Amino acid sequence: MPGPLASVIWYLGAAFELGFVVCSIYRKSFVRYLFLNVYFLLTLSSSVFRHFVLVHSGVSSDEYRYTYFYSDAILTLVLYGALIGLYSKVFAELRFSRYVRASAVLLLLGTAAFSYAVVAQSQERLSTDFAYELSQNLYFVGLVLTYVLWGAILKLGETRTRLVQIVLSLGLYFSAYAASYALINLGSMDSVAGFIVPVVGCLLPLAWTVTIWRYSEDARLVPAHLVAVQR
Amino acid sequence: MMAALIFAVSLVTLLMFFVSYCRSLMAASSRHTLSAEVRDVTGIKDLPCARDYVKVRQLLQLCPERPDDRAGLRAVGIYYDILDMTQRSIARLFPQLSDWTEHERAGCAGFAAVALDRCIAFNRETLAREGEY
Repeated sequence: MPGPLASVIWYLGAAFELGFVVCSIYRKSFVRYLFLNVYFLLTLSSSVFRHFVLVHSGVSSDEYRYTYFYSDAILTLVLYGALIGLYSKVFAELRFSRYVRASAVLLLLGTAAFSYAVVAQSQERLSTDFAYELSQNLYFVGLVLTYVLWGAILKLGETRTRLVQIVLSLGLYFSAYAASYALINLGSMDSVAGFIVPVVGCLLPLAWTVTIWRYSEDARLVPAHLVAVQR
Repeated sequence: MMAALIFAVSLVTLLMFFVSYCRSLMAASSRHTLSAEVRDVTGIKDLPCARDYVKVRQLLQLCPERPDDRAGLRAVGIYYDILDMTQRSIARLFPQLSDWTEHERAGCAGFAAVALDRCIAFNRETLAREGEY
C-alpha cells in the first residue's frame, strides 16, 4: 500500500481533476474545452482502476506496473488529442487550419500505432526499465508539440488569456514529466521520481482549474508582454 | 546518451515555460490601474520597482488572500526568488542580465500590488456584506 504522503497526493490530484471538470461546467466551457475535460475524466477513471489494482496486487507487483504504464501511455495519447484541440483553436482563423488538423491527426495516429507496435513486441519488458523509456519518449514528443504550438502562439500574436495559460501549463507538465523520466533512465532514481511525478500530475489540473475559474473566455492579454526579451 | 539529451532539453524548456507562464500571469493583470489607497500604503508613485515586491508581500500577509490569487502569487513568488538569486549571483557579471532581472522583478512587484488591490477590495466587500446582516 502507498504511504500517507502518496495517498494525500493521489487524493489531491483526483480532487483537482474533478475540480477542473466541475469548473468547466460551471463556467459553461465544458464543450469548448471538451478534449481537456475528456482527458481528466479518463485520468480520473484510470486513477480509480490503478487504485483497485494497487489494493489487490500491491505496489511492487507486475500487474500494477503493467497497469500503470499501459494506462499512462494511453492517457498521454489522449492528451495529444487535447493538444490537437488546442492547435485547432490557435489556427482556427487561418486558411490552412484544415491541413494543420489533418497533420496533427496523422501524427497522433502514427504515434499511437508506433507505441502499440512497440508495446505489443515488448509486453514482457513493460515491467522493466523499458516502460520508463517509452514514457520518457512519449512525454518528450508532447513537449516538442507544445513547444511548436507555443512558437505559433507568439508568432500569431495570440491574445486569449485562457488559451495562452493552458498551453503554457501543458508545456510545464510535459517538460517536468520528460525530465523526471529521463532522470530515472539516467540512474536509478525511482524514489525521487516517485515523488516528483505525482506532484507534477497534480499541478496540471490545478493550473488549468485556476485558469478556467479566474479568466473568462473574453479575457485578453498583451502578446508583447509574453516575450521574455522585449524587442 | 538519449536520456541525458532529453533531460537537458526538458530542463531548458521547463525553465522557459515557467518564465512565460509567470509573464502571462503578470501580463493578465497589467491593465489594472492601482487604486490611490494601494499607492499610499505601498508608496508606489508611478510604476512599481523591484524593491517594492518585498514590501507588498508583507502587506499581503496582513490581508487575507483571495482564493483566486493564491496559486498565481505562489508561482510569481517562486519566479521572484529565482530572479533574486540570479541578480545576486551571475547577473553581477552581465549588466544586461542585471537590467533584465530588475525589469522582471518590477513586474512581479506590479503583479503583487494588483493582488493587494484586489484583496483590499474583496475584504471591503465581505465586510460590507456582513454589515448588511
